[in-house]
Amino acid sequence: MLKVTETQEINFSAGLIAQFDEIVKRYPQGKQKSALLPVLHLVQAEYGWLSPSAMDKVAEYLNIQPIEVYEVATFYTMFFLQPQGKYVLEVCRTGPCQLVGSDKMMTHLEKKLGVKEGEVTKDGLFSWRGVECLAACGMAPVLQIGPDYTYYENLTEDKLDTLIEELKKK
Amino acid sequence: MARRLLFEHINVPGINTFDVYRQQGGYRAVERALKSLSPDDVVEEVKKSGLRGRGGAGFPTGMKWSFLAKPEGVPRYLVCNADESEPGTFKDRYLMTHIPHLLIEGMIVSSYALGANTSYIYVRGEMMPQIRILEKAIAEAKAAGFLGKNILGSGFDLELYVQPGGGAYICGEETALLESLEGKRGNPRIKPPFPAVSGLYGCPTVVNNVESIAAVVPIVNEGGDEYAKIGIGRSTGTKLISASGNINKPGVYEIELGVSVEDFIYSDEYCGGIANGKRLKAVVAGGSSVPILPANLILKTVNGENRLMTYESLSDGGFATGTMLGSGGFVVLDEDACIVRNTWNFSRFYHHESCGQCSPCREGTGWMEKVLHRLEYGHGTMSDIDLLVDVAKKIEGNTICPLGDAAAWPVASAIRHFRDEFEWHVTHPQEAQKGNYGLAHYADPLPAIAATV
Ligand SMILES: Cc1cc2nc3c(=O)[nH]c(=O)nc-3n(C[C@H](O)[C@H](O)[C@H](O)COP(=O)(O)O)c2cc1C
Ligand code: SF4
Ligand code: FES
Repeated sequence: MLKVTETQEINFSAGLIAQFDEIVKRYPQGKQKSALLPVLHLVQAEYGWLSPSAMDKVAEYLNIQPIEVYEVATFYTMFFLQPQGKYVLEVCRTGPCQLVGSDKMMTHLEKKLGVKEGEVTKDGLFSWRGVECLAACGMAPVLQIGPDYTYYENLTEDKLDTLIEELKKK
Repeated sequence: MARRLLFEHINVPGINTFDVYRQQGGYRAVERALKSLSPDDVVEEVKKSGLRGRGGAGFPTGMKWSFLAKPEGVPRYLVCNADESEPGTFKDRYLMTHIPHLLIEGMIVSSYALGANTSYIYVRGEMMPQIRILEKAIAEAKAAGFLGKNILGSGFDLELYVQPGGGAYICGEETALLESLEGKRGNPRIKPPFPAVSGLYGCPTVVNNVESIAAVVPIVNEGGDEYAKIGIGRSTGTKLISASGNINKPGVYEIELGVSVEDFIYSDEYCGGIANGKRLKAVVAGGSSVPILPANLILKTVNGENRLMTYESLSDGGFATGTMLGSGGFVVLDEDACIVRNTWNFSRFYHHESCGQCSPCREGTGWMEKVLHRLEYGHGTMSDIDLLVDVAKKIEGNTICPLGDAAAWPVASAIRHFRDEFEWHVTHPQEAQKGNYGLAHYADPLPAIAATV
């Protein structure tokens, strides 16, 4: 993942642009705005979050107004408008998960990582937050980690510890 | 053993690959439809099957298809709703993970029936792993000649694409989904016009749930009449149920519509009973949006009849004593579950997910969350309970899309059936922090029905 700051000017690589081009082909002529969400996902996977410059560049690429990108980026919960930890642990907090212990998982994460929901650990490695139902309620409690959004199911406190240690070693 | 139409081969190793899926008889429905049926014939089979939309509303799929406008020279679209975000529902993710070609096959046959040459599967963004799985399956199907130009020499062309969402429950609502697919915020549209007339890019569009589209495959293979033989009355065929909460065997089960709720919860074929030897307190039978029912009312109707897993039986008693099959998200709560906490949790969800267009939904869901939070944490008053009922009533029916109703019903039903537990939170704020109200008179074995109504 490339590190970018709030004010840093961004230029997409040729490889990334080639991926955008492929996506735009999925829609009828003139409907390239449909590519906005998939393109934002690719940009976030590359930089870890959507910086203002990155969003402006997306607008330029899709030939739409920057505001059209901002209003979408702020609407959907998966897009980060601030830098995050390298690994964002997203724990499901909704009913079925709560019934079988998601509250405990979040308390444990807060203690183990030493940061509150939404904050980044000092080493820049981790942040965490509660999210809504991940459609894995039968394997609850669950969490997932971007940019691949791998699911970790049937969580326990021990499994959380192991996962965090493994990520640290990566 | 119940018949399985969608998951018949789910345990065959490698069924997620094209070759194994094909060896097990996969893509026969495409061959049959494209070689020997006209598009209208396919629509007719789906009508005969009695299939009802599996996304939540239960609207007959064949009828929905026949409403599609067909103006000359205007493209039509089929969009698959794989946004699956209703708390308690995880069947579509399961299906796409384990047997992705079933959905691809269903998309090809359904697109043929509707005359769509470009179709999209809109998958919630969190399901990136499933998006990769579907993209691989599409590439395999295309390489084998089941997608692209002139499929099987029939003259029918189809391109199929997967579109990721961005994390927003509201994008499961079909017009919000179309907005999102157009690259916008997921704000539901005012209807009419309905998507069948003006949907994606203003063109006639059908939006169907993953499971509905998958069900078209066995319907075309076996014929609509055969499909309709399974089930009871207007609840035909099989249904995927996502079972979660305090049960021994959570997971996705394919049932024949019509099994009894009691069998579903307690038999070893399905949930295997309540976990940890506890007792059943309540069930949310069709995803978070449907009314919650206490143990006695989910097992039997007020008339003492066994409650069955069908659209009709679950809604028997209306909102007073019934619920809905919805999306089939079956959440089981045991004696240790706190109804107030669960209701607060769901309210927070709806507040978080409201798109904000309508004031009753945007503000009302926020008030309900706040009041429920206060009740849960021991600061509530008796009048708060009536306030909740009042707010719920004022949201219901006064919004652009059904999310407002979906937010109101769980609150209204929880208070209707568990008012004593809400009152206990007010009268015993300290105890409510530490302990739990328990079963009260909602227990199994069943109390006499007369004692509870
Ligand atoms: C707030 C809200 C969320 C919804 N979420 C979903 C969903 O995640 N998946 C789905 O298939 N239908 C969902 N629906 C229902 C869709 O609007 C639509 O009825 C459905 O996709 C139609 O498909 P079907 O006829 O095959 O059931 C939702 C509806 C509302 C109001
Ligand atoms: S009911 Fe709620 S979610 Fe639906 S359109 Fe209105 S504000 Fe948006
Ligand atoms: S409630 Fe956690 S995955 Fe559904």
